[in-house]
Amino acid sequence: MSSAEPAIVVHDVHLARGTTRAVDGVSFTVPRGERFGVIGPDGAGKTTLFRMLTTLLVPDRGTAHVLGHDVAGAPWAVRPQLGYMPGRFALYPDLSVAENLAFYADVFDTTVEAGMARIAPIWSQLAPFTARRAGALSGGMKQKLALCCALVHRPTLLVLDEPTTGVDAVSRREFWDLLDTLRGDDLTIIVSTPYMDEASRCDRVALMQAGRFLAVDTPAAISAGFPLPLFALRAADRIGMLATLRAFPHAVGAWPFGETVHYTDARTGLAPDAVLAELRAWAGSRGIADLEGEAITAGIEDVFIHELAERERAA
Amino acid sequence: MTAPAIKATNLTRRFGDFVAVDAITLTVARGEVFGFLGANGAGKTTAIRMLIGLLAPSAGEATVAGADVRTDPAGVRRRIGYMSQRFSLYDDLTVRENVELYGTIYGLTRVEIRTRMDELLARIGLTESRDTLVRQLPLGWKQELALMVALLHRPEVVFLDEPTGGVDPITRRRFWELIYATAAEGTTVLVTTHYLDEAEYCDRLSIMVDGRIAAMGTPAEVRSQVGVATLDEVFLTLTRAAVAP
Repeated sequence: MSSAEPAIVVHDVHLARGTTRAVDGVSFTVPRGERFGVIGPDGAGKTTLFRMLTTLLVPDRGTAHVLGHDVAGAPWAVRPQLGYMPGRFALYPDLSVAENLAFYADVFDTTVEAGMARIAPIWSQLAPFTARRAGALSGGMKQKLALCCALVHRPTLLVLDEPTTGVDAVSRREFWDLLDTLRGDDLTIIVSTPYMDEASRCDRVALMQAGRFLAVDTPAAISAGFPLPLFALRAADRIGMLATLRAFPHAVGAWPFGETVHYTDARTGLAPDAVLAELRAWAGSRGIADLEGEAITAGIEDVFIHELAERERAA
Repeated sequence: MTAPAIKATNLTRRFGDFVAVDAITLTVARGEVFGFLGANGAGKTTAIRMLIGLLAPSAGEATVAGADVRTDPAGVRRRIGYMSQRFSLYDDLTVRENVELYGTIYGLTRVEIRTRMDELLARIGLTESRDTLVRQLPLGWKQELALMVALLHRPEVVFLDEPTGGVDPITRRRFWELIYATAAEGTTVLVTTHYLDEAEYCDRLSIMVDGRIAAMGTPAEVRSQVGVATLDEVFLTLTRAAVAP
């Protein structure tokens, strides 16, 4: 098996769950050593896609090759090389931290010692608690243990299904910092998340909604692909500002973003200052005298919203 | 001046030696959208359980919609609405059946339920889907319906526990527009979230760290108290120092 061969090659995969087309024609390739993110809300199809990559589900149509093997034809060739952390991860709450790790090593026919080099940076943070029952760990520590258990057999591909869902902002950031310690050409990571702000922690991302990919690229290229002028605007009356901006004849979208409203204009090629002046005059004539702001570069969330809104309009 | 919707003074809850909520004091005015933030394990859920009359305080006082959580927890529960991300609606019942069930639990008459159902379903565009099983609704609609059900009995205060978890970015924003509409009618909203951009949409907010309120005020006040530019940095600054296994 040549190491130049991609870790994942998915071609036009369709997968129904009940009456839902959970994965509806998805194609992508993940080169070895890449950290690839699948970003989308609950119900987008992320978990179904990941179960297919881990050989637990077989595509209805299309093909998927993981580490050179067909997931449908040769699941047993794929599985030993996978580390999988499902959304609700499977630790044994009554076993100690050390026992959990030893168990996972055993299942994959290896030893904790053999895997130690791979997990050392994470395991060192768990070292003070090795005798504690896994069930008595804090959420963050459970997650570290689950990651060690998924890595102890030195997999080539790590599959993380929503490791940060429901986790606070600080713990989310720490989890990604932990993944940074695993960087290296010998490990490919595919990770899903509903949090748009985590895109920047990936080499490339796919934006997923309703079983399809809206975009696949580096976070920077996805941002740069935003097709229209975008502005961040402020006014004391934010609700009034929102309604006023949506009523502007050239408005494509106006959505709250933290303390600002992100406004998309339909016209390309105009000077940003000219558009801002028009918007100030429009808002001023409708009782909003303090509108101010500037042109901005789109973020992943702007792109996602724009793509969703375009699809809703088309439908 | 009218009485505040929520008033807590030195509210405390201990579990054995562990102080989950450590003498928190806060006031939420009527019609306010109040963001109740904190890291996992900071004590938010315990504090909310006391404020909705489900858990008795170990010390301190709190009144919600004028009822004392200690002496009149049933009175508190009658005057509030509660929506949690994990549980709210019955998947195997239709939209209409869910509304009727909760209406009955809240003691509304059949006529009241019907009038209120028409009004609330129209507000979220679900009138045509009233005979659909809740299970078949997209997550975003389920969450909007859960909010409407929590408002069925016209509560004075509504508690929303991570109402936007997992939904797409447009649905998330539409949900906040419903929150604003709710507050504009005079209902007080206390909301928890892990999305710090949403914290910016609150009139005021508090951030809990290790059982205490580490910062409180309007988003701008909290940013300047901590001396950083965004609420994301506020959150990181306050909670990072406190991270422990």
